[in-house]
Amino acid sequence: MTDLAVKQTKAAPSKAADDHSDGMSYLESIPRQLVTLYLPLSIFLIVLLFPFYWMALTAIKPNHQLLDMERVSPFWTWEPTFQHIYKLIFESQYPLWLWNTMYVAAGATALSIAASVLAAYAIVRLRFKGAQTIGGLIFLAYLVPPSILFIPLSTVIYNYGLFDSPLALILVYPTILIPFSTWLLMGYFKTIPYELEECALIDGASRWQILTKIVLPLAIPGLISAFIFCFTLCWNEFIYALTFLQSVQNKTVPVAIVNEFVDGDVYRWGSLMAGALVGSLPLVILYAFFVEHYVSAMTGAVKE
Amino acid sequence: MVDATLHTRRAPINEPTTWSRLKTNRQWLGYWFMVPALGFLILFLAYPLGLGVWLSFTDTKIGRAGEFIGLENYDWLRDDSIFWTSVFNTLLYTIVASAIKFAAGLYLALLLNKSLPFKAMLRAAILIPFIVPTVLSAIAFWWIYDTQFSILSWTLKKIGLISTNIDFLGDPWNARWSTIFANIWRGVPFVAITLLAGLQTVSPSLYEAATLDGATPWQRFRYITYPLLTPIIAVVMTFSVLFTFTDFQLIWAMTRGGPVNATHLMATLSYQRAIMGGALGEGAAIATAMIPFLLFAIMISWFGLQRRKWQQGADND
Repeated sequence: MTDLAVKQTKAAPSKAADDHSDGMSYLESIPRQLVTLYLPLSIFLIVLLFPFYWMALTAIKPNHQLLDMERVSPFWTWEPTFQHIYKLIFESQYPLWLWNTMYVAAGATALSIAASVLAAYAIVRLRFKGAQTIGGLIFLAYLVPPSILFIPLSTVIYNYGLFDSPLALILVYPTILIPFSTWLLMGYFKTIPYELEECALIDGASRWQILTKIVLPLAIPGLISAFIFCFTLCWNEFIYALTFLQSVQNKTVPVAIVNEFVDGDVYRWGSLMAGALVGSLPLVILYAFFVEHYVSAMTGAVKE
Repeated sequence: MVDATLHTRRAPINEPTTWSRLKTNRQWLGYWFMVPALGFLILFLAYPLGLGVWLSFTDTKIGRAGEFIGLENYDWLRDDSIFWTSVFNTLLYTIVASAIKFAAGLYLALLLNKSLPFKAMLRAAILIPFIVPTVLSAIAFWWIYDTQFSILSWTLKKIGLISTNIDFLGDPWNARWSTIFANIWRGVPFVAITLLAGLQTVSPSLYEAATLDGATPWQRFRYITYPLLTPIIAVVMTFSVLFTFTDFQLIWAMTRGGPVNATHLMATLSYQRAIMGGALGEGAAIATAMIPFLLFAIMISWFGLQRRKWQQGADND
């Protein structure tokens, strides 16, 4: 009951914002808006997106144009070439690294989401003794950065015999992902009416049935958000992958690009940028399909 | 037949087994549901955290178990000028980058909160630097900052502002500012989009009322937007400070701590000492030395800003 009331008051202001989204902007003349709004906004956009433009452009520029900035304008090319990308895919171990990254990200994400669903459900709905404390501790775990853990973890990984194995990453990444997705899912589970579960309990459903048949289907948007965010974080992770993986064929894309592509060749920039571009594309495509989920994951976790 | 089913049905009702009792016991189930998550966190987070502190009191090297040597690692670090440079860099990096990220992020959020065409697309485009793996965008920055073929130097030369290429990553101070800029570039979208989510919950009628009362734009920001936004600002800035302070990827991909250790952060220095140099104990001491700074930074951004929440009469939720 109180939950419902809270939700209504929460929904009200945002709805008001939607209705009057114009606000008082009609008071501002077009020339004034040009200077105070569109000009700074376009500067932001250019600065934020230029590195990607430059990355993409370098990846398709022919070698002779890369370093020649006098005869042709460096900002555009009329002779796009796929030689860098071709070299990347057919003459290096890039596909393997891409596969490793995907394998590790998918494995770690699946493990973390399974663990987080159970934990979030237990904290929010089973309300066992000490649930609040454990919830707080899990949040604190989110504040422990990988940079202070990688040294002791490397000895732990070595002792477990997991050194230089992608399995090590699959087991270690959940420590970054679980705190985040548990908090995110806790928020989603709280919005599911408790009455639904009570009905199911009276009908004789077990807790497991309630979780898989009632709570999870209703929390699908939350699960997608958690999945996207976890997957992105895994793909992005660097320091653990750099520390735990040694052999070239086991590396993930970020580590491989930094370590394997940087040789003395002056023409390395083309393939380096092609590698960076191809390595970011899967995430950008995934993101393009689920922008709303991604944003709600990011802002939801912060608001909690 | 009917008899048999009746019989089997009755049995569990009359005398529930221990198992079926446990199945409905919230305590017992709750603990089992927590096992996977806590297992991961204890094995790979809590235990290594403790182990890291312990390692910092030993002289462990790669491939050799260490012995307890007390505070020797820390004594050693106290006289190590490279360590103090890294502390200085980390503080500079965190303070400058976080402050600018906050200012620019808030400004961008305010801009995006106005009525705009293609708002959703704009927001999606602005978040891209946050999506793309940091290392990959750091590599792009590395190319942009190249000594000979930097596009920035080229443009500035064409405009006529400079006559020779800027050595972005080769000169200590240039390198510091360049890496700080790259960090800001990556952090602004996160700050802006999360603050925008907060801004969207502020009712426009408040602004209308204030305008009728004759409030200037600055007063509207200072007395409406800012107070209503403080809880979110507190959380966002706590995270921002935390991740900037412990940053590793950007520096490692762009400079690896160079030129002559001028851009080493504490995280990169500990990697260099522990993993590349093999001195796990010393590296762990550097990493452990980050903990007090981190706690301090979290306390400042958390309590400094969070306090305002109950001053406004909100509950301690």
